[in-house]
Amino acid sequence: MSTETVNLSDRGEGSQDQISGEIQAKHAEYRQKLDAGASPSVQPDLDFAPYRSSILRHPTKNLRHVDPEEIELASPAFGHTDVAELESNLTIVHSGEPLGERMVVQGRLLDGEGRPVRNQLVEVWQANAAGRYIHKRDQHPAPIDPNFTGAGRCLTDDDGWYRFLTIKPGAYPWKNHRNAWRPAHIHFSVFGTAFTQRIVTQMYFPGDPLFPLDPIYNSIVDQDARDRLVANFDHNLTSPEWALGYRWDIVLTGSKSTWVEPEGDEA
Amino acid sequence: MSPNASKLSPTPGQTVGPFFGYALPYDGGENLVPPHHRESVRLHGYVYDGDGDPIPDALLEIWQADQHGNIPRQEGSLHRDGYTFTGFGRAATDAAGHYQFSTVVPGYKDGSGKAPFIAAAVFSRGLMNKLHTRIYLPDHASRHAADPFLSSLEPEELSTVVAARAEDGSLQHDIHLQGVRETVFLAFD
Repeated sequence: MSTETVNLSDRGEGSQDQISGEIQAKHAEYRQKLDAGASPSVQPDLDFAPYRSSILRHPTKNLRHVDPEEIELASPAFGHTDVAELESNLTIVHSGEPLGERMVVQGRLLDGEGRPVRNQLVEVWQANAAGRYIHKRDQHPAPIDPNFTGAGRCLTDDDGWYRFLTIKPGAYPWKNHRNAWRPAHIHFSVFGTAFTQRIVTQMYFPGDPLFPLDPIYNSIVDQDARDRLVANFDHNLTSPEWALGYRWDIVLTGSKSTWVEPEGDEA
Repeated sequence: MSPNASKLSPTPGQTVGPFFGYALPYDGGENLVPPHHRESVRLHGYVYDGDGDPIPDALLEIWQADQHGNIPRQEGSLHRDGYTFTGFGRAATDAAGHYQFSTVVPGYKDGSGKAPFIAAAVFSRGLMNKLHTRIYLPDHASRHAADPFLSSLEPEELSTVVAARAEDGSLQHDIHLQGVRETVFLAFD
């Protein structure tokens, strides 16, 4: 890797046009492969240079295909020892109400067969309504909200549902390139029934004008796969005079071994 | 994974980003057993990028059997009671790119011929998706030759998935996301 490239990543140089051009080239290359008969890509490209920090942080060798062993087909157990009921409400952590659009984010955690994943841990973290994280590394000049930390947890219920009450996060600037902005998102960290299904991802909001500009969102080169990270506004989840509602389901990867190990419910 | 294997398409992963530090790490996350536990071993190392520079904003998770080879089914990883072995640990790298866990050497059940390992997931700013790897133990060197996965690796690859026993008795294990010493990362079939 050339020193020049590294410096580029450090200094946040390059225009949005340049980054957008690189993204479009990557997507065009993918569509060509698809047309030539390649199967759709369902995960982000690890090697995606428009996100400058990925340049030195992606493996260059192919991932080694293995059959998962017993420990990898199991998952850590979480329960009420780990997570208190109130941790799913990000709006009651401080003495006052956080600023912003109050909203419910709700959805189901499913395996590849559409079966609910019960009693598993869902963790979220997000910026406040002004687009500022409480994290000390976020120094951009948007106000910190003294009534919002932006981290929550819950366990999925017997039907695989998770539910958070929070406020809508703002978009925020970052230093990938000059005048770079991330679309509003909530980070999700989720466990499945197998450690192989472990996923950390980001949920976005419908219709965000920043989508075509963002190298992280676009590191998923397949449009259908990108769409799966965008929540739906759901009026049925809103509460009158209280909160808007978004629905976002999470589907875990199914390695062949993760659903032949039934516990009660046969496929 | 065969694209036809499942009915629903999976939700793609995304990078953990730079700001997970106030949300994912938790008190005691790195201590699967208390450091003073009779059988505790310190598992530690650095996470490096392709220039060989340590990564100060990576997160490691480990998941493993207990010293007898039993897979834990107990909750309580997020609030350790000091006695229950849950098998799960989480540690962020520090400003120097170093991580550490206090755990036990996983045992094994006879019969399989396979070598036990600590399963690991790696997350980092700049890393688009989680990576899976395995940490095998120098204690089980005699089983490594017969293990189908380990015996499929070239010697230089093997050293990226087997921890080293340091002089102080700890287990030393570095992760290289890229470069000549790149860690062997896994895709599950």
